[in-house]
Amino acid sequence: MEITETVSIHIDGKPYQAQTGRNLLEACLALGFDVPHFCWHPALGSVGACRQCAVKRFRDENDQGGEIIMACMTPVTPGLRISIHDPEVLRFRAAVIEWLMINHPHDCPVCDEGGECHLQDMTVMTGHTRREYRFRKRTHRNQYLGPFIHHEMNRCIQCYRCVRFYRNIAGGRDLNVFGAHDHVYFGRHQDGVLESEFSGNLVEICPTGTFTDKTQKAHNTRIWDLQTAPSICVHCGLGCNTLPGERYGQLRRVRNRYHHEINGYFLCDRGRFGYEFVNSDKRLRTPLYRPERNIAQREMRLEELFQQAVLRLKNPGTIMGIGSPRASLEANYALRSLVGPENFYAGVTADEHALLELARTILTQGPARAVSVQEAARSDAVLVLGEDLTQTAPLLALALGGLGYQKAVAQARKVQLPAWDDAAVRQFGQEAKPALFIATPQPTRLDQAARTCVRAAPHEIAALGLAVQAELSKDSAAAPEAPEALAPDIAQALAKSERPLIVTGTSLGSPAMVQAAADIARALCRLGKSVGLICCVPECNSMGLALLQAKNLSAAFQKASEGRVDTVIVLENDLYRRAPAQAVDAFLQKAGAVMVLDHLRTPTSLKADMVIPVATFAQTSGTLVNNEGRAQRFHAVFPADETIPEAFRLLVELKQAAFGQGRPHLRPVLEDQRLELSRAFPVFSGLAEPLPSLAQPAPGGKVPRQSMGYSGRTAIHAAVSVHEPKPPHDPDAPLAFSMEGYEGQPPPELITHYHAPGWNSVQALLKYQSIAGGPLKGGSYGRRLFLQAPAAQSDFFEKLPPAIDLKAAERLLVPLHHLFGSEELSMAAPAVAQLAPLPYLALNPEDPLAEEGREVLLTVAEQTLCLKVKVMPGLCRGVAGLPMGLAGIPVVALPAQVVLTKGDAT
Amino acid sequence: MLSPEEIQEIQTALAHCESNFAAGLDALKIVQRRRGWISDETLQEVARFLEMTPAELDSVATFYSLIFRRQVGRHVILLCDSVSCWVMGYESLFEALKKRLGIGFGQTSADGRFTLLPHPCLGACERAPVMMIDDELYGPIEEEMIEKILARYE
Amino acid sequence: MNRPLTKNFQSLGPPLSLAEYEKAGGYQAMRRALTAMEPGQVTALVNAANLRGRGGAGFPTARKWSFVPMGKDAPRPRYLTVNADEMEPAAFKDRVLLEGDPHQLIEGIIIAAFAIQAEIAYIFIRQCYTTAFRRLNTAIAEAYAKGYLGRNILGTDFHLALHLHESAGRYICGEETALLNALEGRRPVPRAKPPFPPVIGLWGKPTVTNNAETICNVPHIIQNGPDWYRALSLTPDGGTKIYGVSGKVVKPGAWELPLGVSMREVIEEHAGGLRPEVKLRAVLPGGASTALLPPDHLDIKMDFNSMQAAGSRLGTGTLVVIDDKTCIVGLVLNLLNFFARESCGWCTPCREGLPWIVKLLKAIENGDGRPEDLTRLKEQPRLMAPGHTFCPLAPGAMEPLQSALTYFEDDFKRHIQEKRCPWK
Ligand SMILES: Cc1cc2nc3c(=O)[nH]c(=O)nc-3n(C[C@H](O)[C@H](O)[C@H](O)COP(=O)(O)O)c2cc1C
Ligand code: SF4
Ligand code: FES
Repeated sequence: MEITETVSIHIDGKPYQAQTGRNLLEACLALGFDVPHFCWHPALGSVGACRQCAVKRFRDENDQGGEIIMACMTPVTPGLRISIHDPEVLRFRAAVIEWLMINHPHDCPVCDEGGECHLQDMTVMTGHTRREYRFRKRTHRNQYLGPFIHHEMNRCIQCYRCVRFYRNIAGGRDLNVFGAHDHVYFGRHQDGVLESEFSGNLVEICPTGTFTDKTQKAHNTRIWDLQTAPSICVHCGLGCNTLPGERYGQLRRVRNRYHHEINGYFLCDRGRFGYEFVNSDKRLRTPLYRPERNIAQREMRLEELFQQAVLRLKNPGTIMGIGSPRASLEANYALRSLVGPENFYAGVTADEHALLELARTILTQGPARAVSVQEAARSDAVLVLGEDLTQTAPLLALALGGLGYQKAVAQARKVQLPAWDDAAVRQFGQEAKPALFIATPQPTRLDQAARTCVRAAPHEIAALGLAVQAELSKDSAAAPEAPEALAPDIAQALAKSERPLIVTGTSLGSPAMVQAAADIARALCRLGKSVGLICCVPECNSMGLALLQAKNLSAAFQKASEGRVDTVIVLENDLYRRAPAQAVDAFLQKAGAVMVLDHLRTPTSLKADMVIPVATFAQTSGTLVNNEGRAQRFHAVFPADETIPEAFRLLVELKQAAFGQGRPHLRPVLEDQRLELSRAFPVFSGLAEPLPSLAQPAPGGKVPRQSMGYSGRTAIHAAVSVHEPKPPHDPDAPLAFSMEGYEGQPPPELITHYHAPGWNSVQALLKYQSIAGGPLKGGSYGRRLFLQAPAAQSDFFEKLPPAIDLKAAERLLVPLHHLFGSEELSMAAPAVAQLAPLPYLALNPEDPLAEEGREVLLTVAEQTLCLKVKVMPGLCRGVAGLPMGLAGIPVVALPAQVVLTKGDAT
Repeated sequence: MLSPEEIQEIQTALAHCESNFAAGLDALKIVQRRRGWISDETLQEVARFLEMTPAELDSVATFYSLIFRRQVGRHVILLCDSVSCWVMGYESLFEALKKRLGIGFGQTSADGRFTLLPHPCLGACERAPVMMIDDELYGPIEEEMIEKILARYE
Repeated sequence: MNRPLTKNFQSLGPPLSLAEYEKAGGYQAMRRALTAMEPGQVTALVNAANLRGRGGAGFPTARKWSFVPMGKDAPRPRYLTVNADEMEPAAFKDRVLLEGDPHQLIEGIIIAAFAIQAEIAYIFIRQCYTTAFRRLNTAIAEAYAKGYLGRNILGTDFHLALHLHESAGRYICGEETALLNALEGRRPVPRAKPPFPPVIGLWGKPTVTNNAETICNVPHIIQNGPDWYRALSLTPDGGTKIYGVSGKVVKPGAWELPLGVSMREVIEEHAGGLRPEVKLRAVLPGGASTALLPPDHLDIKMDFNSMQAAGSRLGTGTLVVIDDKTCIVGLVLNLLNFFARESCGWCTPCREGLPWIVKLLKAIENGDGRPEDLTRLKEQPRLMAPGHTFCPLAPGAMEPLQSALTYFEDDFKRHIQEKRCPWK
């Protein structure tokens, strides 16, 4: 880690304290000075290109002249004397803006960036108010960059941040800079979809409107008219923090919400652009009912359907509640209380449930620690077992992609190169290949950042893991054949490292592999290492669901097959994505009545007798537990519609109405759910604590969701009524659906906008951190549930997975995951769906059937599939890859041995 | 497709480069010498051969003024437009060439013979004004000589 | 007079072959250095000779070499890169040396590489130097064949690979760190300093970049000793210098002369004086990025310190003679147009500022100038001062502009007042 000391520096004649190891720009910003800048970014470091951050440096107190230097390229040293306000440097900074504005169009009033534009902020800050350039502007042609990013090259100010982010951080290789002198162009070699899964971050990295959010542009709103609330991404298990924005009852975009320990400055494109499912025409918007099985569902008013449901629940008989890994803890818990713990089932099959239970056990029992994404980024040796992280836990892939740079930083430190000197560090550490080892069946996008990649079937990966463990424990010799042959190398790198990390996950469906990962971690603990362990889970609340300790879906099927179910309530879950269709059909058939609460129309909802549309994450609040066991709250961005209730509230109300329990006359609130939850499960005991400003309403009141510039507040409903409506009440969050309330910087967990005087762009985030790129002022948030003292010694699993004997016509079918395509909700967002692949079967080029586009037949779970072959170089031999979650690909338990035949053979 | 000779030459260049990237400019020049210019397709082929992305190679290619990313004529005239030649009458030489070829800078004559480009100081200031056609330097040039010089190029 | 650098030049035909060069005493210095000296002794001799870099900035050559970390634990490999890009307008002195005596350069490279214990060297040459390229290529092949390049040179444990890198036409490639990026196959934009290339250079390894002329001096220092070498010069800085003259003189050309001859001597004695029909208006003394000097400066000595004291720079030592029939505004426009076009596009002042200056100058030259344009022009040298931009290209561009505004302000005013170019 960086060794820093606090030293005294002089700024405009006054003494201040600053940290060495930082550059002067960071120091000035941390001290609250507004020093304009462009090319520097906390996540990118300094390159000194824009020359905007100029300050004056003086040799000593007698130096009257001084010299202009770039703050971002100057290390903090004891006794440094500078001026930020010296007239000469003020003029220089104004000149820089003037130069940048020479070719910049005058389109702020219609520019998508307007109002949150870093260039606008800096232009005002430097006082450049008059254009004196009187010649022609240069113009560029824009490119088509795919469904996510809109390109407007004329607005570019050549700060190089986009390429630096895209290439150096995201590892993308299809965006670059072209040309020279005043004809530099940022884009692709030719028009086309940006290849990086992190392209959406260009929107926030670019300080102008050059790269903007195309989905937002499609339903454009001035950004100050967006109503926003702190939220959590619902598209994978990492729990990245987001800031969705709403206008006129629609979500208009999702932005990154800085979380120092999780997503930092970035989001993946699924998380950023998947939000459109909220506005999608796949949404359920009216309650549906059918009194009998074989007639069609018809629309029914919510009150009526509610009464029907109450009647149904009052009927004596078995009720069964099926929870969901994509519903909040509170909603799941409300269902559990409604049906009774013994009738509550986690909405995942026995296999997945077993994996999640395993992950939970390993992480709660220790001794390895569950670490956060950003902690993972600081590891110095990492072994990834089985996960194609870019597709299943993208921000973790982004973090691990930076290990090479971390290594270069460490080397550079030895020659006194500071970490922020980005170009020099990269120059110096060009060859630094980090100790990142990846074992997966298929090639992954993260491979390019790895030292060694192993292609192996899941059971072989588990065997490799065990061999590494054995090597570390030195109680058996490593197995000689590949891929285990690599075990000594891997073990050595892990044993040598200071901060080793083992990453695994549930996506390959292999408990042996997860156990092997835990075993390695344990072996490293025994060597006295402080080892991190990450187990990736598929959905936003998979871990939360696992903590509710319910029975699984297979058990529900089993029980139903024994003929004892009267009413089934399915919460935000499409059972057809969980289990084979025949099994689900049979289950639903058995139930006397099926009640579905969901926000999307799903095959399950089509089969239901009662369908109650519920709010998406954007219109309700709740808690989600991410893969590391961190409980995080999300808050309604805009109020729920009257006809589309919030699931947790509806469930509590059903309980009140059907069983007269609870506090029947009061509107149910989240706090009560959390309180009960914390009583029922010790692991949730921390959740009952109210958020800071709920506990002690701040003098200014609740934190406003609307910005100071929010327009049409009084006129927005004028077509309905000229009376200004009262802002809706939100009993669940310390946030108001209003532009009034708490002023200044709210507690970190409740930030709804990044804004500071003079700083309207996301760069204002600086003002919320005590040092650029550091934690938010006010500390970390989100409650880690697994911090219990790890049991010092837990035993190895040590069960070697059985070898698989493949017959000639057989392949081992393994699941492949797609960032765009494998996840349910984002596939209802048109921009994401557009990038999803068509169903295919992946084969190694050496496979006898490997011919691109050829049709092959395979029979799994009693279904015969006909799929087009996709030849995948690098795919493990003997393996066939089946993409998960795509329309037309059935749910099957994988890995499985399958027989492949040519399609035309039949 | 890269020809076997092109591949051979590029491989020779690669042999004394520490990375494929370092051979990028060499490879472009090898191919440009044969094809006259670097089309998008050519660029993609070279990039593929060097295991670079087209964007990476194009980023370098478009930086240099003597890698031609647009089609040029059979011969390229580099007319020195820098200070010594300017002092010594570059402007009238340029006018004469313009008239004779019917093209301005960046253009190719109708018969596809010549492309005319301005170029910084050709390092032959003692012979100003000068120009270079393909690999041959001419100077000092008087207007009357233009016809004879151009006649040497088909 | 001693003219070591050009003594082997052939007035007609190709330069000396390796055998001929050896017969003329060539490769003796290399032999001495490699077989009888320690690397540090070579550097010490060069230091004692007061050799200053001929690339423009005049940095002491031995000092640069001494920044390279030496010793057993020092990073490897180390590199020597020889700068023969020479795209600076009005400069052609390196070409003369490359074409005239390629083996002299190669011998210098071997010795310099030995001094810093580099095992790989590059000659970075611009594309348009086709003759020089061919001759160097031949000479390098000869040197390899003779075992002067490659492994175990002269039976010692010193190895050196020498590659000739042909660029593709961009002035900025001559800036030493941009040159390194170019060799790595990156976009040749400069790198920030520190870290300095002798410590972190090509591929992150120690690298020394020297101008081609600088390197050509090295064998003679080793061969004849520092005292002899210093005595060649009229100044404390050692050696001769290739001076050149272009522009409105009778006999433009290049000559090897003692460091420190006066401008007058170069122009009048060697270049034959001004053409009869014209009068001297100004001199651009050392390439496009040096300050113009009016005729009353003719007696200044052309060495690093004297030129600096006169408000200009020795630069490349190749001067342009400008007569009274040449418009100074047009001249400055021509120069600035070059710099704007050759800006790498990395930093704002240069990328955006230079084209704006060009547009202002063009407006003035075309009769569309306004009085406030002059005010704006005058501010530019202060805004683009050294350190304000990422590399010295833009500050270099300011030197002719600033000096023209100082010495020839009236020319600008006349253009603006008369709304036309009075010289057209
Ligand atoms: C824009 C720019 C262009 C340059 N071009 C050249 C060049 O063509 N040849 C050269 O030797 N030095 C050139 N230099 C100077 C080099 O950066 C470097 O100082 C020089 O090669 C060092 O050699 P020396 O120490 O032997 O003088 C240039 C500098 C700048 C800023
Ligand atoms: S001054 Fe700036 S833009 Fe100009 S060449 Fe140097 S780095 Fe590039
Ligand atoms: S922020 Fe310092 S130069 Fe760009």
